[in-house]
Amino acid sequence: MTSFITRRLLLIIPTVFLALSFLFFLFFTLPGDPARLIAGGADRSIDEGVIERVNERYGLDDPLIVQFKDYWARTIQWDLGESFLTRRSVNDILNEKATASIRLAIWAIIIEIVVGIPVGLLSAIRRYSIGDRVTTILTAAASAIPVFVLGFVLQWMFAVQPNKLGWPEWAALRTQGIGPDSWALFFIPTGEQWRYLILPAITLASVSTALAARMMRGSMLEVLRADYMRTARAKGLRERDVVVKHGLRNAMLPVVTLIGIDFGVVIGAAVLTETTFSWPGLGSEIADSVTQRDLPVVLGLTLVVVLAFALINLLVDISYAWFDPRIRLGKGDSS
Amino acid sequence: MTLVEPGTPTTVTGVPEVAAPEELGEARPLRADVWRRFKRNRLAMVGLVFLILLGLVAVFAPWIAPYGITERASGEYRQPPSADHWFGTDAIGRDLFSRIVYGARVSLRIGFAATAISVVIGLLLGAVAGFFRGATDTVISRVIDVFLAIPYIVLAVAIASVFGRSENAVILVLGLTGWLYIARIVRASFLSLSRLEYVEAATALGFSRRRIMFRHILPNALQPIIVIGTITVGAVILSEAALSFLNVGPQPPTPAWGLMVFEGKGALTSAPHMLFFPAGAIVLTVLAFVFVGDGLRDALDPKLK
Repeated sequence: MTSFITRRLLLIIPTVFLALSFLFFLFFTLPGDPARLIAGGADRSIDEGVIERVNERYGLDDPLIVQFKDYWARTIQWDLGESFLTRRSVNDILNEKATASIRLAIWAIIIEIVVGIPVGLLSAIRRYSIGDRVTTILTAAASAIPVFVLGFVLQWMFAVQPNKLGWPEWAALRTQGIGPDSWALFFIPTGEQWRYLILPAITLASVSTALAARMMRGSMLEVLRADYMRTARAKGLRERDVVVKHGLRNAMLPVVTLIGIDFGVVIGAAVLTETTFSWPGLGSEIADSVTQRDLPVVLGLTLVVVLAFALINLLVDISYAWFDPRIRLGKGDSS
Repeated sequence: MTLVEPGTPTTVTGVPEVAAPEELGEARPLRADVWRRFKRNRLAMVGLVFLILLGLVAVFAPWIAPYGITERASGEYRQPPSADHWFGTDAIGRDLFSRIVYGARVSLRIGFAATAISVVIGLLLGAVAGFFRGATDTVISRVIDVFLAIPYIVLAVAIASVFGRSENAVILVLGLTGWLYIARIVRASFLSLSRLEYVEAATALGFSRRRIMFRHILPNALQPIIVIGTITVGAVILSEAALSFLNVGPQPPTPAWGLMVFEGKGALTSAPHMLFFPAGAIVLTVLAFVFVGDGLRDALDPKLK
């Protein structure tokens, strides 16, 4: 087990290194001069002297390979550089934005687990019932609706309409920003906070909840056909025990993996959700920085996301191996 | 992993499954068999009919759309749906129905062209990795891992800001980023198929490796490629909408549905139709591709059911 973990950990390093190096070089092929951007915007005419000083200060005149080496020398020491546009330290931006993102993500994952898994389970047990059919269509629909469209539909239904219909103030949910930013125990909204949280949380959760329900249904259907389920029934166990103790435990395996892989989906959805709701998290910051070509911010925040992604996948692999000892840890991950 | 060998034809009761007598009657070609199973899936048929209609709309757009895509009705800004403008007008008075009709062309063009690029790249790299194994496989698989380590949307937006915002640039961006899963699936097929006897036989007959890969193995690996290809078209249309929403997609005044959603988002309170009609077009089209893809998977491989 230990050697398995070590091997996977070591594999993360080159992956992360190559992924970020790719982005680094990609950004240097972008049209436009970063020095001009720092000096005040690409459209204005700027004194050549200023541009020269900016180039010197940020080392933008150095050969690309030198800049590349400097970048990694800094990054290794967890110095993520400073924003081209605002001059703020990327480490500060990261600390500030990550909190908001993590809070939102926690709620999305809670929704995914509390809604997605039971719905998929019931859908499998009552296969071909009306509820099952509705679930099937809804989960397909959730994967076809762009996240931001769902966000706007929810905004329209729960914020625009209540105001139009003259409902009392407390009945309308909020659509923009993070609100009073008051939390208990890090992630529990207090006071007014829930009115700002609820719509982005549902929006962010939509895709992964649908995936979890779909996966749970498929996995449970397979387990329900297994021989050991028949044996459990033949022993005279109560149906509930059969389903929960023998069925659910075995059916959870693929779902656990999914929740891990899902993290990539959640990040993509987070970029769009946070932009839709102006939620001040990592996702909206990355989206803004990419379009404004604020390279240090993009690289810094992406580094964290890529690292988190890799570590979560590692945890999933470990837990998978833990749940199912038949998985041969010694063998490589090919084939 | 399973104790029973997969594919053993037994039912729950342990009695070997025997085809009903009438089904044994005559031999049918595979294609007819697939079509027969596909027809039985109602959602897939609905999706297929929708896509055929959409294709017709795209082809005959100039005859269907009552107005041009840049034609402005003066003074009629953000008008709700009416007899003159079935889907209303947008912020500068253009007819939304006409723009959505022309938008079908843009979406289908981007969807199919980008998918074609992805399938070609994924097919070649996946086939080479799965067939040659060893160092070749390791290199290709690691490259895929590296790209999958970057969240898709960051990758797409970053590449999009390099390529610019013409329609062809968007096709290239989505095509160059969409092949990763296809390559993985093709690789897995080639890995298992290249171990089979008929490949050994072909090698013994002295056929070239290229011939074995593309004439012998590929036809047997086509089914999952067809399914993932169909689903990818829908996914590409979704990604195009996401790029538009982040303002790195096709440029105005292209009548791209995603761009129209982007343009309509500011008017959510005053003119929600500006957002809902193009959004509806995206959702229905993507759903249709998902349903057809699911139907194809069930029809091509009845064992999976």
